[in-house]
Order: sequence, then C-alpha cells, then structure tokens
Amino acid sequence: MNKIVKFYHEMGSPPSFYRITGHWLKPLLILALLLTVYGLIDGLFFAPPDYQQGDSYRIMFVHVPAAWMSMFIYFIIGVSGIIAFVWRMKVAEAVMMASAPIGALFTALTLLTGMLWGKPMWGTYWDWDARMTSELILLFLYIGVMGIYSAYDDDPRKAARLAALVAIIGLINLPIIRYSVEWWTSIHQGASISIMGGNSGIKEWSMLRPLLVMALATKFYYLYSMLHRARSYLLRTEQNKSWVSKQFIEN
Amino acid sequence: MTPTRKKRLILISLVIMGVAVATAIFLTAFKDNIMFFKSPTEVSQNDYPENRSFRLGGMVKEGSLQRLENSLKIQFTVTDYGADVTVEYEGILPDLFREGQGVVTIGQMRSDNIFAAEEVLAKHDENYMPPEVADVLQTEVQQ
Repeated sequence: MNKIVKFYHEMGSPPSFYRITGHWLKPLLILALLLTVYGLIDGLFFAPPDYQQGDSYRIMFVHVPAAWMSMFIYFIIGVSGIIAFVWRMKVAEAVMMASAPIGALFTALTLLTGMLWGKPMWGTYWDWDARMTSELILLFLYIGVMGIYSAYDDDPRKAARLAALVAIIGLINLPIIRYSVEWWTSIHQGASISIMGGNSGIKEWSMLRPLLVMALATKFYYLYSMLHRARSYLLRTEQNKSWVSKQFIEN
Repeated sequence: MTPTRKKRLILISLVIMGVAVATAIFLTAFKDNIMFFKSPTEVSQNDYPENRSFRLGGMVKEGSLQRLENSLKIQFTVTDYGADVTVEYEGILPDLFREGQGVVTIGQMRSDNIFAAEEVLAKHDENYMPPEVADVLQTEVQQ
C-alpha cells in the first residue's frame, strides 16, 4: 500500500514524473509500432470480407479505434482538467495540454475515414445527423482547448486553468456522442462492440481480433506521444527551476 | 481537503450540472425539430411538412424495386411494416441499398402521393460477419 501512495505522490511532482516516465517511452513506442503493424496486416489481409460490404468494411480497423481514442482522450483531458482546476497540479496541466493535439488528430482521422466509407456505403460523404455532428463538435472542443491556452501565452498556469474550464464544460458532449445513435434516428449504425455482449454486432473472432489489437495499439501510441509531450511541457513551463537545469548538466 | 479546494470543486460540480441540465433541456425541446424525420406511418396520416424537404426512413420492401420504362428513374416502396410509401428516385444508389434493408431518403411529397427523393442513403446495421456465416444463418432461418 505504501508503495502505491509513494508512486502516486511521485507522479504528482514534475521532477520525479519526468524521471519515471523517461523509462517508459521506448517500450511504449515499440509496443505501439508492433501492434499497429500486426493489427493492420491482420485486418487488411487475414480478416474475412463482410457479407454485405465486401472489403470496404476494413476501414473500420482504423475508424473505430480512432473514434474510441477521440472520446477516451477527451475523457482524460476532462478528468485532468478537473484535477488541474481544483488541485492546481502541474502534472495534470501537462497531461491535459499534451493530450489535446493527439485527441484532435484522432478525431480528424475518425471524421475522415468515416467520410471515405460513407460515400460508397451510405451514398454521401457527410450527413448532418447526430453522431457526425457531435463528433465534429468534439473536434471544435479540442481546437477550443488548444486555442484558449495559446491565447494566454504570458502565464501558462492561468492559461491551463482557463483551458481546463473549457475542457470540463465540453465533457457533456461525450455521453451525447455515445448515445446519439440511440436517442435520435441516425444514419450511423449502433455500436458493434459492447461489453455487455448481446446478440448483434461482430461475433466473428477473426474480425474482432484486428479491431482489438488496433484499439490497444492506439492506446500505447497515445501514452507514448502524450508522455513525450507532457515531459517537454514540464521542461518548458519549469525552465527556471533547478531540477530542469540539473537535467541538462547531467546529460 | 482545504476550504479553497473544496470551494473550487463545488464550483466545478455546479458548472458541470448547470451545463448538463441546460443541454438536456435544449436537446429535449428540439428533439423533433433537429431533423424532419418521418416514418411511413406518419406520412400516411398526412403528418409531414408540405412543400419542403424532409427525411423519410424505413425499410425497402422486398420485391418492390423497379425501373420505370423509358427513363432512368427507379421506384421502390419504403415500409415500416405499418404503412407503405412509394419513392421515386433518379441517380446512383449506394452500395448497401438492398431490398429488406434500412434506407433514409430525403425529398418532397408530390401531389400524387409519391415521394420524390433527391437523395437516397442506405442505412447499415451494426452486424458484421463473413459471407459463410451469413449463408449459414440464412439457411437456418429458412429451415
């Protein structure tokens, strides 16, 4: 128990956060790359074609993990935003601001792959239905969080708190995205994967496997990229502290 | 927890609750107006906007798809198993357009009670499976 408490306190302080996460970067990157390569090959070559969509459905192996990440990362931003706002933790601010561009990237990827699939399958690139509109709003929220932050470039801590407020208010969009296909008549299909099981969705393991591998791969990529960015964020905002200058003397 | 932190936490919780309630009220109030989406049953009861586009959604009735002679137009029936509406459309149908599958059409109701669609979108369900599995399921249903 003491170890967990100690770890928790260490992760909250910028110097030890910087030191500990430095060891994680390489393994995370290797895992992300290996899983992505495996997932893509498995999904593009070994998974069977769909009975109705043929091979076109394979874009799902990018689209669905990207969509999950777009919401997962926003959730992380919202939670670290609350921590940053209430407890004023510097590491939470770093995690929040480091996550925003990655989340925006996954959201853009989700929208793009969805549009490319939608044209041949539905017959249109874009439809202003609930799922698509709420996902587009998510992209604007990411841009808003980054925009508010860069608007206050004279005080990064104040900027982070303001960005946190925007992020927290935007949390309301997450359940809307999740349930948009159930609350409104939407052209977007319902969830294919559910933790509760059920009779519909993807039952075939050879189709499910690449999807889950890609979901893991994107998680590792996010962790790698986010920690990398959070570390540089801490170096930048703490540049006048002694631990930062020590880093550069040691190396 | 120190009093200042407690105050901030309460403030943030109030902000979240306020935004949630406002959004919920907004979405409930506009639920019907966000999209003019009508089912064949509603259309058959004349519950649709006249002289403007709206969405008609339902299933394409089995065996109803036909090409009109001497034109590029196609006709099919959209049903919700309660009522039927005949839809006329000229253009390329999406890949997933099938009889017995979901469809969303956007267009206007003509005076001869035929829905003139400007756009036809296929709706896909959440089921994905290899063709062999689909064949097995099909034969099981027939037996």
